[in-house]
Amino acid sequence: MSYAFNPGIQSQENIEVHKYYTGTVVGSAILAIVLQAFLHKYGHWTELVELPLLVTIYFGVSRRNPASGLLLGAAIGILQDALSHDNPIGFYGIAKTFVGYVASSVGARIDMEHPVSRFALIVVLFHFHQIVLAITSRALLNRSAALFDLHLLIASLVSGAFGVLLFALLDRLRRPA
Amino acid sequence: MVDISTRRRPLALLAIVVVAQVLLLAFQVRRGDAARDRNVPLIRYWAVETIMPIERAGSWMFSGVGGVWSGYIDLRHERKENIDLRAENGELKLRNHQLETEVEEARHMDAMLQFRHDHPEAPMIAADVVASTRAMVAAHVIGGSADPVSHTIFINRGGHDGIRREMAVITPDGIVGKIVEVFPHASQVLLISDRESGVGAMFAASHAHGIVKGTGDPDPQMDYIVNEEKVQPGDEIITSGDDRIFPKGLAVGVVADDKAATPFQIIHIRTAAHLDRLEDVLVLLTERDLNLKTVEPSPAGAEPANSRPASTGSAQHQAVPAEKILKPGAAASPKTATPKPETQKPAAQKPASSTPATAKPANSTQPTSKPTAPKTPDSKPTAQKN
Repeated sequence: MSYAFNPGIQSQENIEVHKYYTGTVVGSAILAIVLQAFLHKYGHWTELVELPLLVTIYFGVSRRNPASGLLLGAAIGILQDALSHDNPIGFYGIAKTFVGYVASSVGARIDMEHPVSRFALIVVLFHFHQIVLAITSRALLNRSAALFDLHLLIASLVSGAFGVLLFALLDRLRRPA
Repeated sequence: MVDISTRRRPLALLAIVVVAQVLLLAFQVRRGDAARDRNVPLIRYWAVETIMPIERAGSWMFSGVGGVWSGYIDLRHERKENIDLRAENGELKLRNHQLETEVEEARHMDAMLQFRHDHPEAPMIAADVVASTRAMVAAHVIGGSADPVSHTIFINRGGHDGIRREMAVITPDGIVGKIVEVFPHASQVLLISDRESGVGAMFAASHAHGIVKGTGDPDPQMDYIVNEEKVQPGDEIITSGDDRIFPKGLAVGVVADDKAATPFQIIHIRTAAHLDRLEDVLVLLTERDLNLKTVEPSPAGAEPANSRPASTGSAQHQAVPAEKILKPGAAASPKTATPKPETQKPAAQKPASSTPATAKPANSTQPTSKPTAPKTPDSKPTAQKN
């Protein structure tokens, strides 16, 4: 009955698990990190969009497998840490592990094909990611980090809008059922 | 029962992966910065060596496509002229900074000599004059950090090109940062806007010393300037040489705004170098390297030899004059390498330990200078992290 009022929510059995061509997931993850690092030199506006996070969310939601989602998130996060200077290995890894797990868990329960639901999920997971980063910074690294501020709000909205476009692009890499 | 264990399996995996990473993180924090400065972690080494060739190819493709577009479709000759003018402008800016520094040093020496003349009873130690060459290595920016809040870039010169940690990275406009990690074919540069960065700096006019610290925002901040010091937006800030990484007199930026605070003013700086659109940079031989080397005084007018120590391998053939930096595709060659002779330095520019304390005149021409300037975080590689 509740499904009638919430068309986005479907039973777990009705949600399709999407398959991708071989190498798509790994290739997309590496490309996201390369692009993030490459675009970084063209200005600070790139701080508003975090491609590795969007890729983690997308494949977590699409594959709908919490184990593979968290492992993909951990791998992307660790690679991201390796390419930074300030952060010890594991800083982004922990945050993206959680994001991968949550995204795939949500994807297993809710159909995330609609752009609005995708936008909302990206915004929520962006802040979740930031909260985990802030907790890790404060608790383990003794660094101050904002849980929420105006810049993060803008970044989450920009990421959400960009993510909807990116997700539509990544949908084209799906293997036909 | 089987169903429950299957459902809990991802949760257990999550716990294992997170705990493993927390332990890894705790291990790295426990090792501290000193250990991190000695060795590049293997995973970081692999990641950079894997990703950087892709970045390099992307950068090459980007500049290649851009070059074709602007070279053949745009007005080609005007573009070339523009590049030449920019190169000349860059060189002139560097020379101008050097000359300004020389004039300032001459004034200080004059004041010291006057002091000695006025007070012959005061004991003074003769200043060593070091003649040397500051070689430069031109490098192309091939990428940034994958971490959005980390202000670092990667350049296409590494250990094989003679790059080492703590070398200064500049552009003709101003300072950029310092080398923090060296890989065989690439190096990581910590920009002055990064929150871990600190540069010894001073006001060009008043000579008040402070530290330019990165805040994580595009504009860094100048710390340790007391409220009594009059600061105006637009005041020029230059390197002081206190950090022994950046030579004295290079442009850091100008004051964007300032406000009084306790105990020091909060001064935001607009950097002289455009940190968000770096394409080509120069890597300088550091002050530390210059001081380590024993330099024979060269005959007047003779071009001094490249001062890079022999241990730096192929660095000598990488040394290029400043004008090369702004010419895309200009390769450094031994024939074109004409290192810029550094100005003769009085003791005032040498480390504090070699500067005679008694040489500081009471009636110095720098009434506002702070002789007890705080120690720059960059002066010790291990002192950057809190």
